[in-house]
Amino acid sequence: MSINATLIGQMITFALLVWFTMKFIWPPLFDSLEERRKKIAEGLAQAEKGQEEMRLAEKKAKGVLKEAKEQSSEIVNLAQKRANELVEESKDAAKKEGERMILVAQAQIEQEMQKAREDLRQEVARLAMTAAEQILGAEIDQAKHQEIISKVSNQL
Amino acid sequence: MATEAHAAEGATGYIIHHLTPLHVGEGFWTLHLDTLFFSAVLGGLFIWFFKRAAEKATSEVPGLVQAFAEMLIEFVDTQVKDSFHGHSKLIAPLALTIFCWVFLWNFMDLFPVDILPLIGSMMGIEYLRVVPSTDLNATFAMSISVFFLIIFYSIKIKGAWGFAKELMFQPFGPWLLPFNLLLKLVEEIAKPISLALRLFGNLYAGELIFILIALLPWSIQPFLSFPWAIFHILIITLQAFIFMVLTIVYLSMAHEDH
Repeated sequence: MSINATLIGQMITFALLVWFTMKFIWPPLFDSLEERRKKIAEGLAQAEKGQEEMRLAEKKAKGVLKEAKEQSSEIVNLAQKRANELVEESKDAAKKEGERMILVAQAQIEQEMQKAREDLRQEVARLAMTAAEQILGAEIDQAKHQEIISKVSNQL
Repeated sequence: MATEAHAAEGATGYIIHHLTPLHVGEGFWTLHLDTLFFSAVLGGLFIWFFKRAAEKATSEVPGLVQAFAEMLIEFVDTQVKDSFHGHSKLIAPLALTIFCWVFLWNFMDLFPVDILPLIGSMMGIEYLRVVPSTDLNATFAMSISVFFLIIFYSIKIKGAWGFAKELMFQPFGPWLLPFNLLLKLVEEIAKPISLALRLFGNLYAGELIFILIALLPWSIQPFLSFPWAIFHILIITLQAFIFMVLTIVYLSMAHEDH
């Protein structure tokens, strides 16, 4: 058991090992560890962010939905109102039309009656003439009596 | 030692044989081939495994190899961040290397004490001590390297004069300069020695107990070596951990400017 040149050999080996580890082994392994740590941290942060975004989107969606509901009910209300109005309007129009038609019919009836009356008058006048002609005989001067007849028929 | 091992017979011979390294050369220029070989192979294993993980490193879902490597990296990085507050590109890879390499050294202790020497003797290798951390050279090589780094960083951060001032004027002020210097020198030198001897002592004793168990009748052996091996799993990890943490602490002390 003695200290001898083996010591020097061992020191050289040790120095070589340490140099090699320092140069080729520690840096890549340590870097890959660090990189993975960073990646994991980033991933976690992103997950957190994603969740936050999802929460926001949900909130926003709820808002939009609510707004849409409100709008649709408003539209439905408006439509109902408009429909009521339309019904009212058409009712009015129908009423007016009816009244107008009645008026037209009445006017026609009036006209018809007027015409019938006129016809009747002329017929009576002609009958009266015929009767008078027959009564008075052939001696009636057409020209002289025409005036009288038309006066009478006008009074009718 | 080799001749002693040949001379002694029985239990003592067995133990000495097991604790004798395969060596070449004489005096200081002796090389423990087994220590050099096994620590280099284990270092290669460590490098191979981590290099494979590093090449395929991706920040996507990691594979099994990468996940395991990253687990160790995270573990070491946590230790470094807990005790070291400066910025250094060296210290974390250094700590990782120390932890893995020492752990692998110590792990050799869990192989049955006779199996690798037996294979060695089949190949004509007479002595084989497979646990590098039972060799003072291995543990001291590491702790002395750490010691050099402590000195280097002390001077780099505090400046040569700052470091000298710290050695001379702390902890008792300039009036007790020699005493301060003595205290500080002992403190500094104690660092590598305690690092190396702690690891060496634990593993040497552990290995010795495995060898002693191996001397007992075969029917008793499992009841002793099994619990001791389980206990040893804790020890080898703990010793690797202690070596790493103390290195980080010493280096962070070197970085702190008073």
